[in-house]
Amino acid sequence: MSALADRRRPLRRHLTSLLLAAVVYEGLARSGAFAPALLPSLASIAGALFDGLLDGTLPVHALSTLYRVLLGLALAIGIALPLGILMGRYRPIEGFFLPLASALMPIPSLAWVPLFLLWFGLGNATAIGIVCYAAVFPMLLNAWSGVRAVNPLWLRVANAMGAGERTLFWKVIVPGSFPFLLAGLRQAFLRAWIAVVGAEMLAASDWGLGWIIFDAKEFLKADVMLAALAVIGLIGFAFERLVFGALERLTVERWGMLRAGKG
Amino acid sequence: MQSVGSAMASAPASQRWSTRWHTLAATALPFVVVGALWEIVAHLAIFPARLFPPLETIASAFLRLTVSGVLPHHAADTVLRLVSGFALAAIVGVAIGIVMGRWRLAEDLALPLVSMGAPIPGIAYAPLFLLWFGLGNVSSILLVGFVSAFPIIFNTWTGVKAVKEVWVRAALAMGADDRRLFHKVILPGALPHILTGLRLGLAQAWRILIGVEMLAAVPWGLGWMIFGAREFLNTDVMLAGVVVIGAIGLALEKGVFKRLEDFTVVRWGMMT
Repeated sequence: MSALADRRRPLRRHLTSLLLAAVVYEGLARSGAFAPALLPSLASIAGALFDGLLDGTLPVHALSTLYRVLLGLALAIGIALPLGILMGRYRPIEGFFLPLASALMPIPSLAWVPLFLLWFGLGNATAIGIVCYAAVFPMLLNAWSGVRAVNPLWLRVANAMGAGERTLFWKVIVPGSFPFLLAGLRQAFLRAWIAVVGAEMLAASDWGLGWIIFDAKEFLKADVMLAALAVIGLIGFAFERLVFGALERLTVERWGMLRAGKG
Repeated sequence: MQSVGSAMASAPASQRWSTRWHTLAATALPFVVVGALWEIVAHLAIFPARLFPPLETIASAFLRLTVSGVLPHHAADTVLRLVSGFALAAIVGVAIGIVMGRWRLAEDLALPLVSMGAPIPGIAYAPLFLLWFGLGNVSSILLVGFVSAFPIIFNTWTGVKAVKEVWVRAALAMGADDRRLFHKVILPGALPHILTGLRLGLAQAWRILIGVEMLAAVPWGLGWMIFGAREFLNTDVMLAGVVVIGAIGLALEKGVFKRLEDFTVVRWGMMT
């Protein structure tokens, strides 16, 4: 059996499994045992997806969700990255911020929604604040432990070769902790993605994928809901695979750190 | 770390006491500083007191609600919902994961579905579940179970696949039947992964549950309490609720799983 056929086999099985699930679902939907408004057929979900794409509402919803996620994520990185690195490098800063972070971390980001609604009002500011809160902690903890995990031997070697504090930072500490920073970014995005959908439902902001799903419930449009769910899953999947996968290949994998880390 | 431990053990009692006091003070300091800043901002009345209450108002709200039994009732209902949803996910998830790990056909059928469902944020399913199962407890428990099942399935599956083939063959050679093989080799061998999955599942269940309680209009529950308090601008009640949520989250993280791990895999020498 050639290598190509070997690689194709799981793909064929995956397709079989998805097809089977689709057939079972379609059979249930068409059997009439459940109301079609609650369990729409695949054709009507696809139709809802198509309508949304054609009249341009779905892209606008998706873009406003992405805008909130990316802005909140950027804000979180802006706070967490410098703070995490400082915590990893300087003992007193670590001693001050670590207890605070461990106390705030177990509070789910959605628990802040009502409070943020009162403070910032309905709309974008609340959603972005919630996203930022959700994303800050994974980033912070990973930056902190990444800096601490840099091999002390490398630091001493760089020092012995006469590296200044600035060179040490850019040439040793940043690349050395990069696998952790990437892992933090990944986790932060996942959390942010959950938070934005929840925040959009609760903070009713007229646009956004979370809001369509919530709004569709009022009108019993299960097909619109499922179409929006598919888009949410697709964007999350695309970020996970394409963006973070590419980032990893371009940096740590090219520097040979992933293999070194595993070996 | 070890040298510190032995130094502490050999030090006289008074010195050990002062070291412990020192760590306690170091942990408390940041909270005191942040608390003081909060008090100053609150008392300067930069923001309206209704929106930014001083700490003593929050504490008195907490005390009032605790004494009247409202807060404990909310908290108990939330924990009950969490436990029932999570128990559902643990039973179903571990079962599916083991079946996927042992039988090729089940793996091929289930894996694409599981990996498609996993990246969708659980809260996005909430309105769908509300539509299907109605407002209230049933849909919130089912949703919590559904969401926390994914990491449990994934990790159980990985754990069963990670059981060393040599162990299985050795057990078979020594005449273990299927049941013995499962109880004595596969389950203990996969347990570190299963526990990781359970821990991740519980964390996810906790994060989702608070949001679901706000959406599902349940009669009692911490999420509902803080969301309802918004209508009356009761910021102090909200903040007291957030504190309780944080405390429960911390207890789940530190208390439950650390114990379970110490009791099983650490004791068996599979993890340190």
